[in-house]
Amino acid sequence: MKTLKEVTCGSTVNVVRIHGEGAVRRRIMDMGITKHTEIYVRKVAPLGDPIEVTVRGYELSLRQSDCEMIEVE
Amino acid sequence: MNIRIALAGNPNSGKTTLFNALTGSNQYTGNWPGVTVEKKEGKLKGYGKGETTVTVVDLPGIYSLSPYTLEEVVSRKYLLEEKPEAIVNIVDGTNLERNLYLTTQLKETGIPMVTAVNMMDLVRKNKEELNLAQMEKDLGCPVVEISALKEEGIDRLIETAVSVAKKAEPSHRLVFDEKLESVISAIEKKLGGLLPQNNPDWYAIKVFERDEKVVEQLCLTASLKQEIDAYISSVEKEYDDDSESIITSARYHQIETMIHDCYVKRNRQSDSISDRIDRVVTNRILALPIFALVMFLVYYVSVTTVGSILTDFVNDTLFGEWILPSASAALESIGCAEWLNGLVVEGIIGGVGAVLGFVPQIFVLYLFLAVLEDCGYMARIAFIMDRIFRRFGLSGKSFIPMLIGTGCGVPAIMASRTIEQDRDRRMTIMTTTFIPCSAKLPIIALIAGALFDGAAWVAPSAYFTGIVAIVTSGIILKKTRLFAGDPSPFVMELPDYHIPSVKNVFHSVWERGSSFVKKAGTIILLSTIIVWFMQAFGFENGVFTMVEDMNNSILAMAGNCIAWIFTPLGWGDWKAAAAAVTGLVAKENVVGTFGVLYGFGEVAEDGMELWGTLSSEFTAFSGFSFLVFNLLCAPCFAAMGAIAREMNSAMWFWIAIGYQTLLAYACSLCIYQVGTWITTGVFTLGTVIAGIAIIGFIYLLIRPERKVA
Repeated sequence: MKTLKEVTCGSTVNVVRIHGEGAVRRRIMDMGITKHTEIYVRKVAPLGDPIEVTVRGYELSLRQSDCEMIEVE
Repeated sequence: MNIRIALAGNPNSGKTTLFNALTGSNQYTGNWPGVTVEKKEGKLKGYGKGETTVTVVDLPGIYSLSPYTLEEVVSRKYLLEEKPEAIVNIVDGTNLERNLYLTTQLKETGIPMVTAVNMMDLVRKNKEELNLAQMEKDLGCPVVEISALKEEGIDRLIETAVSVAKKAEPSHRLVFDEKLESVISAIEKKLGGLLPQNNPDWYAIKVFERDEKVVEQLCLTASLKQEIDAYISSVEKEYDDDSESIITSARYHQIETMIHDCYVKRNRQSDSISDRIDRVVTNRILALPIFALVMFLVYYVSVTTVGSILTDFVNDTLFGEWILPSASAALESIGCAEWLNGLVVEGIIGGVGAVLGFVPQIFVLYLFLAVLEDCGYMARIAFIMDRIFRRFGLSGKSFIPMLIGTGCGVPAIMASRTIEQDRDRRMTIMTTTFIPCSAKLPIIALIAGALFDGAAWVAPSAYFTGIVAIVTSGIILKKTRLFAGDPSPFVMELPDYHIPSVKNVFHSVWERGSSFVKKAGTIILLSTIIVWFMQAFGFENGVFTMVEDMNNSILAMAGNCIAWIFTPLGWGDWKAAAAAVTGLVAKENVVGTFGVLYGFGEVAEDGMELWGTLSSEFTAFSGFSFLVFNLLCAPCFAAMGAIAREMNSAMWFWIAIGYQTLLAYACSLCIYQVGTWITTGVFTLGTVIAGIAIIGFIYLLIRPERKVA
């Protein structure tokens, strides 16, 4: 299973499924990361975490630990 | 007739600007019942008086109506239980897709609604087009184009909102695809009469989402619950996804279809101005230096230069030279009793003055914070610093309060306002004042000079103690039940940069600053008067009077009573205890009180005259223990007032003060007891207790994190 955490900067991926549960998972989906959504990994913060992605035309910041919940292809 | 209109929208959608435009200066802020979320209300412009009055209720900025965050729960509770006559839903036209997600959920509440598409000026500038008529048709409610910042379209929005509210036609939710619709009606059928009649759909969808709050509210029987559960599971299997995802995806699908219908996107150039700024500001190499520079500027201007010049002026010149002497002279000239003169001039005016002295600093600081927030840099600060701070349960934004804290704890605590997550904010408030503020510097200078020969390591060690206290407190507190629970999601939007609006900035500075002034007038004033009274009055020659010699004051008596508490810390002398109490009014008083109590009268700021006396009364370890206690214990009344204001809960206020004092006591105890044991070899009960405290501390630090059920 490939997760968003493993995606390198500058690439675009498609969401397969969101794993995990509860508030964080719901927030990720509420922010527009749902099945089949396109995510562009824009950059990594200076200290390596979090990362910045473009989704549905806007900028979103995600922690690496939360990226593990997002399965992509 | 009074109409209530709820204003709902995402954070960064321009909601605050629109609220200000809708209500003008006619606003009142409070809190939602039972929680610390701020509630703002105002009378709609042009509908303040007369036959129809319209109240606008500003809901918290939210992305969804999920049951997970406090803001979202507050909002949906208001919408469903209070049933306002209409909703004004503001959406950011430059980010329609994500913004309309909330819209789809607001529609489900059935409350009459009007959608205001904000930032239309920017949409047009980007040469993008919005087909308003089509959008109205798709959404099934009136849509008004506005620019809240430029106050365009506001009158039309007001007109539309009022007429929608008056018509009182319930709004209809957007329909899902056939399959999902049949699932929802199947659930409705199963639940039958249990669903509230006016809006069964909303509840059915929530039940399908397995929304715990709604399921609880409906009080389903065990067998019915099981039946529904089994049904949902079968649907989930069919979709190969869980119900929450199914609904979320379906909502976004509705939006995609709608946007395809009515929005003409122009292929945006990949580098907008915002992108170009971000390429530099959050650049891997440049981000930290730029951040350091911005922080230095904020600190330099608001704490060391402009802020301190204004504060010194208020303290020394305005109050010290003008108001106090002239008030004293005025009271004397009308033959006022000496004690009353003292109470009014030194107690009341002096006390308020000590607090009001912080006001200029606070306003300057708030100006910076408002600009940083409004332009979009604040979100980047969290982005850059998150990695470091979340290890101790704090937020990336906690850096700002801590930096400001080296100047003054009061604005520092108030700067914590910018942290959205309740938990991170509380933790920041509890730990910020551990950083030595400028008023604690005289205490450091006194102890360093008197007991350590002015050694250069004492001052850095004070800062080191503060930082260690913050880090360890963060780690310990985040494992306690108080801070346990679901981790707050750090899935944060990085909004586009824009030039801050002067109006917004001043509005926010005024709102935040004035609330501190109000606090200064009440609780802080009272506490200050009490301590002043205690040090000014007492028994002299058998009569209760205003004392000449502070040794006879109530404070001295109280000091004697509580001195034993501090004996294990190595400074059980009542003078030191009394000095620590006066430190509550303002930390720099500690040195002054020592001066008075040891009979030196006025002393220099670092208490040079006292060094000889103090070195005979204290040992190196009792001195350092005294220093550490004063650094970490409850801050001055002004800062406590700020804590009370920001925590907005008596319980949390006492938890914060109690924790700080307990930590201070434990640290001082360990320093004195262990230090004395190592240097003199005297092993007492105190040494044992200190040992236990250290072991307990280490346990709290390394114990595994609570697993959340």
